[in-house]
Amino acid sequence: MADSELKRTPLHAVHRASGAKMVDFGGWDMPVQYSGLVDEHHTVRRAVGLFDVSHMGEIEISGPDAQKLTEYVTTNNVAKLKHGQAHYSGLLYEHGGFVDDILVHKVADDFYFICVNASNQEKDYEHIEAIRLAKGFDATVEFASDKYAQIAVQGPRALETLQKITPAELAQIKYYWFEEGPVAGIPARIARTGYTGEDGFEVYVEPTQAAHVWKALLEAGAEFGIKPCGLGARNTLRLEAKMALYGHEIHASLNPLEADLAWIVKFDKGDFVGRDALLKVRDSGLKRKLVGYEMTGRGIGRDGYEVSSGGAPAGWVTSGSPGPTVGKNIGLCYLPIAKTEIGQEFQVTVRDQPVDAVVVSTPFYKRSK
Amino acid sequence: MTTYPEHFVYTKEHEWVNAAGDLATIGITFHAQHELGDIVYVDLPKIGAHVEQGKTLGSVESVKAVSDIYSPISGEVTEINETLASAPEKLNEDPHGAAWLVKVKMSAPDEIKKLLSAEDYQNYVGAES
Repeated sequence: MADSELKRTPLHAVHRASGAKMVDFGGWDMPVQYSGLVDEHHTVRRAVGLFDVSHMGEIEISGPDAQKLTEYVTTNNVAKLKHGQAHYSGLLYEHGGFVDDILVHKVADDFYFICVNASNQEKDYEHIEAIRLAKGFDATVEFASDKYAQIAVQGPRALETLQKITPAELAQIKYYWFEEGPVAGIPARIARTGYTGEDGFEVYVEPTQAAHVWKALLEAGAEFGIKPCGLGARNTLRLEAKMALYGHEIHASLNPLEADLAWIVKFDKGDFVGRDALLKVRDSGLKRKLVGYEMTGRGIGRDGYEVSSGGAPAGWVTSGSPGPTVGKNIGLCYLPIAKTEIGQEFQVTVRDQPVDAVVVSTPFYKRSK
Repeated sequence: MTTYPEHFVYTKEHEWVNAAGDLATIGITFHAQHELGDIVYVDLPKIGAHVEQGKTLGSVESVKAVSDIYSPISGEVTEINETLASAPEKLNEDPHGAAWLVKVKMSAPDEIKKLLSAEDYQNYVGAES
């Protein structure tokens, strides 16, 4: 794809001007790294890093049936959300596979703000809107991606950084809660969420204000050693924290039970899209499951590599990489359910050679609170 | 601006060759390591292995990806840089010097004539964006 056809975030010019290395990420021209992947990774673990995640999509569901519709199209329990609270959830097909994984924010009883993956946003919108129509919910589904830029400020110094440029009392915002409040003088939604395994915030602002807020955050974080970070570090950070990436750990042919995401499926909340299929899966027993592994042999498992057990094909690697903080070559893979206990040994096929790996407990990295 | 040693020759796949008689020292270029980012693993052939011009010689892995290394010339591997097994990051630090990959006794020394001069390579990577 030529550069001109790639989509750009409102911060595109900022990335280009600061010498970031850019890549085509699902049709978006995005920074993959600034100072270097490992350096950025450590900066987020030890201090604070800044990510442009404006490619992410936003969908707003409003109206009298907003809660009912959101409840029906997602797997987690929307009724339990309080105003200003968010949760991770799944958007499923009737057959139980993933349309997308999403963050649902309850802004009001009749207004839900949903953050979705960049490359799925149009599909997600169409999926929800089709269900709204079919079921006759009295709600409006709005494709709202053009209304928001999103900047993630992540790391142990994220709170101090952001606090310098907002009057919102950040310490009062609990993990997976959010508030409306100005950032650098700009109206913003400030959510204590992230995709790195660190404390931090995701800030939603109007696209025309993104560069202003980005610059203000870099200045505010300078004393803490803030660095802009690319998608490369975002990937190793989320992998160490064992957070799923659509198209890898989850996709249309994988369901949340086998993806080790049973915790976002609330069967007892009532009917939702995919519930019947998942009940069948649960009752007949899982055939395969996502597990974390460490390479014990010399080699690195990579996305898509085959895995074998006793010389027979057993599954595939969904994400694999060196983990800069854990200091090991780690990854996630699907294995037959009988082979998923901790300590189970198997092999990852690295350039036609079986290389030893072992199932380990996850997440690979958990921050100390 | 990195300068590429004048007495090396280069490939468009970003390897370099430093030839002396029929002995060639082979490495990857500054540009290659820079594009790869933090290198975490280097896979090299065994001593005595036969390598062929344009064929895979080994591979280097950065945190985010694996890349094949193509042999710029043909011949027999006489020495490999053992230090890279335990310290692959040296490829990021000194790709044209201490982090050479292999030494090869060339079977067809004329092959190096097909390769790029330092100036040509510099122009090539300068033009590649």
